[in-house]
Amino acid sequence: MSALEHGHHKQTFITKYIFSYDHKMIAKQYLITGLVMGIVGILLSILFRMQIAWPEESFGIFKVLLGEKFAPDGVMRQDIYLALVTIHGTIMVFFVLTAGLSGTFSNLLIPLQIGARDMASGFMNMLSYWLFFLSCVIMLSSLFIESGPASAGWTIYPPLSALPQAIPGSGLGMTLWLVAMAIFIASSLMGSLNYIVTVINLRTQGMSMTRLPLTVWTLFVTAIIGVVSFPVLFSAALLLIFDRSFGTSFYLSDIFISGEVLHYQGGSPVLFEHLFWFLGHPEVYIVLLPALGITSEIIATNSRKPIFGYRAMIASVLAIAFLSTIVWGHHMFVSGMNPFLGSVFTFTTLLIAIPSAVKAFNYITTLWKGNLQLNPAMLFSIGLVSTFITGGLTGIILGDSTLDINVHDTYFVIAHFHLVMGISALYGFFAGVYHWYPKMFGRMMNKNLGYVHFWVTAVCAYGVFFPMHFLGMAGLPRRYYTNSAFPLFDELADVNVLITIFAIVGSVFQIVFFWNFFYSMFYGKKATQNPWKANTLEWTTPVEHIHGNWPGELPVVHRWAYDYSKPGHEDDFVPQNVPMKDDEEELHH
Amino acid sequence: MTGLLVFIILVLVGVAIWQLTKIFDLTQVGAASSEVANDRDNSVNGYLMFAFVGFIYVFTIYSIYAWGHLVLGTPASEHGPDYDNLMAISLIIIFIVQTITQFLLHYFAFKYRGKEGQKALYFADNSKLEAIWTIIPVITLAGLILYGLYTWNNIMFYDNEEDVMYVEVYAKQFGWEIRYSGADNTLGKANVRYIEGVNTLGVDLADPAAQDDKVTNELHLPKGKKVVLKFRSQDVLHSAYMPHFRAQMNCVPGMITQFTYVPTITTADMREDERIKENVARINAIRTKKSKELEAKGESALEPYTFDYLLLCNKICGASHYNMQAKIIVETPEEFKAWLAEKPTLASQWKEANAPAEAPSAPAVMETVVDTTKVLAQNLN
Repeated sequence: MSALEHGHHKQTFITKYIFSYDHKMIAKQYLITGLVMGIVGILLSILFRMQIAWPEESFGIFKVLLGEKFAPDGVMRQDIYLALVTIHGTIMVFFVLTAGLSGTFSNLLIPLQIGARDMASGFMNMLSYWLFFLSCVIMLSSLFIESGPASAGWTIYPPLSALPQAIPGSGLGMTLWLVAMAIFIASSLMGSLNYIVTVINLRTQGMSMTRLPLTVWTLFVTAIIGVVSFPVLFSAALLLIFDRSFGTSFYLSDIFISGEVLHYQGGSPVLFEHLFWFLGHPEVYIVLLPALGITSEIIATNSRKPIFGYRAMIASVLAIAFLSTIVWGHHMFVSGMNPFLGSVFTFTTLLIAIPSAVKAFNYITTLWKGNLQLNPAMLFSIGLVSTFITGGLTGIILGDSTLDINVHDTYFVIAHFHLVMGISALYGFFAGVYHWYPKMFGRMMNKNLGYVHFWVTAVCAYGVFFPMHFLGMAGLPRRYYTNSAFPLFDELADVNVLITIFAIVGSVFQIVFFWNFFYSMFYGKKATQNPWKANTLEWTTPVEHIHGNWPGELPVVHRWAYDYSKPGHEDDFVPQNVPMKDDEEELHH
Repeated sequence: MTGLLVFIILVLVGVAIWQLTKIFDLTQVGAASSEVANDRDNSVNGYLMFAFVGFIYVFTIYSIYAWGHLVLGTPASEHGPDYDNLMAISLIIIFIVQTITQFLLHYFAFKYRGKEGQKALYFADNSKLEAIWTIIPVITLAGLILYGLYTWNNIMFYDNEEDVMYVEVYAKQFGWEIRYSGADNTLGKANVRYIEGVNTLGVDLADPAAQDDKVTNELHLPKGKKVVLKFRSQDVLHSAYMPHFRAQMNCVPGMITQFTYVPTITTADMREDERIKENVARINAIRTKKSKELEAKGESALEPYTFDYLLLCNKICGASHYNMQAKIIVETPEEFKAWLAEKPTLASQWKEANAPAEAPSAPAVMETVVDTTKVLAQNLN
């Protein structure tokens, strides 16, 4: 204790705000970096959506943002369109929804909710953030180089990503992409190992695994998936660097381009697809599970009810985590791999629908006969369940090898994954920010701005992604610079305009959130210690952050996290550190 | 102009935010000032939740009404109806589940909106309920998996005994070439290292099987014949997407992939299909309107659209990915035979192109290739 206090007093601006070891500060650093990356990611999507809706038109905003080189006379270049798509995907998937979401809430919640003074290794935690920051800087810098950023899609399939002759973005842009991602993976692994060790070793007295809040469970399982799958992406990227720079042929074979035969022989792009999706699919759950955990916590708290089927929820998270590592082949049904494998992957993929369905039903049942406090965080959580259902259901089409044949890589896929992991995870992110804002900044966000933010976002999200199902079933491939090369798609032009308008309105309204976020940081109402009357341990810490989290002894846990509205108690919540009464029974399994 | 529009939109958005915040603020009159939801917030947002499920329904119905006709119509391959059937069943299941669960979710959010003094039910688990909603998805999915795999196997595997026709579909940035196997129904060996002059596909002209191979730019197929399409790519990944046939396969450099189907409707017959006729009419109406605008600007008008089956690239492959297309024409077997008979063989084209020179140099090319590989291998050792 004395050592801690000693360190506390000696803090300077740099050790407190920049190279901080404190998990709460690191969480805030992750959050703000993630939000800034989010702004970039969303802005890029608006630019390419404008090109799809009004193909090859000249826009002043393109002149300003893309410049004369990328948008001559304000008309976006074809390969720059692909570059924007690529960087949008990369930023949103990795930088916002992996590092931003998981990094923020793992750091904030794991020590606070398990009753620990900090992460197992504060130093590694700091290193993890700064590597992430470095990786952001490198990724963003690739937007400013002359040959343009990586343009081979966020999945960077070789040979396109390996050959600068094939697309200019595969030159320096791709190199920067690979370097940024390699650093990102190092950062992510450091973070994940830390989370796993912390959850296993540093739980306070009484905090058994079956008393852990579901947020911690999902963050824990997410970290495990990350440790299992990210190294595979690392090796895939490493081999790609070898092919690009040292003349090896892991992924390349028999290539004739720009009038000459290249020396590559014997490699296969399908190998890359396997390695990429061995991370790529679990990555979906790395993005989604933390959001589901956040939602579980917020729905229970705001329903003033125990989460329904706590153990079933844990079981489904574990089942999803396990299955997520054996389904990657459903991204490759038409890649040319043996059709027998297609059958296997169809089977495992559709199995994932079962734990997912259990989760959705459990959320709905948690609402049933509750006393719902419809705070902004609660609205986003309900919104998540809604988009998770809408987006998840179309998974049974895409996960079916037969049906995938004709909708593979069309807008149907875009609609599916944006709803089920993009929007859902983003809602989880927002929900978490609204809910734990008082914990992070000691002030409250404005609820009315929160309501406006939610309702406009909810309508726009459906407006953007729902019509895309129809585009996909009309056979419209994704990643097309313009659809005007095919008279067949002339009819789709109006739908694309509508989608873009929804996208612009929805994105512009995110300003409400950012305003609320930064304004409240300084001028928001002062938060009370436990504003949402929640049971978990983070609300037993003082509002003002202190190093080590609890001023005195660590809290001792006597019950699970979900004793809301328990019969025999006056209040409708019983925090985890309240001892059981003499005659009190556990009413859950 | 754009600047002004953006400005107007921003102003309108600002006004909208201000108005909406005011509405929410008005609901606060008399309530204790706090950023935690009170009864009024719960009530307003509860009703909005209920309205939102209405929005989802209305939007879904509107989408089906407004865009339902965009969905691909009559399939033109033998397995197409099976595909569409499976798709229809899946969509119906999705539609039912979506309707019910979204209703429950939003209705509960409305019905149980918080009120002062209302006590929630302590309901932590119920194994019977949980068993029900585990088993129902299991049964439904088991059915879908079985039906799906049955169809998948029918599409992807074909019997070697069957009477099939082999055709090569060759992809490159940014176009397609087609190679017919000729009378021997065997495609000659090929490798990008043989690419030279008119031999753009790198066919090994020394291979006896290659002598009668023919190369074209359009994919013509005889109706009712099972075609085994063999795909190659010379540079990056491409994907041969033939949406009207419910067919797609990636083209992978260094590897030959395949997809098999039987075209069942000729292009001419498909043009008489009711849905296609309606689509073509609508598309031409759009094009006429656009043409008028273009002509007013002094540009040339768009060509009227006639229906054709298409081969599109559906794997990101470079700047002009969006315009990598070829026509597919399905004909009666007689028409097909006549069309193909007129085409010269690649061997004859090669001879013609290299007439003044000496004998075809293909074998020489092959030897150099083998040599370089050896040299490379030796260097590595």
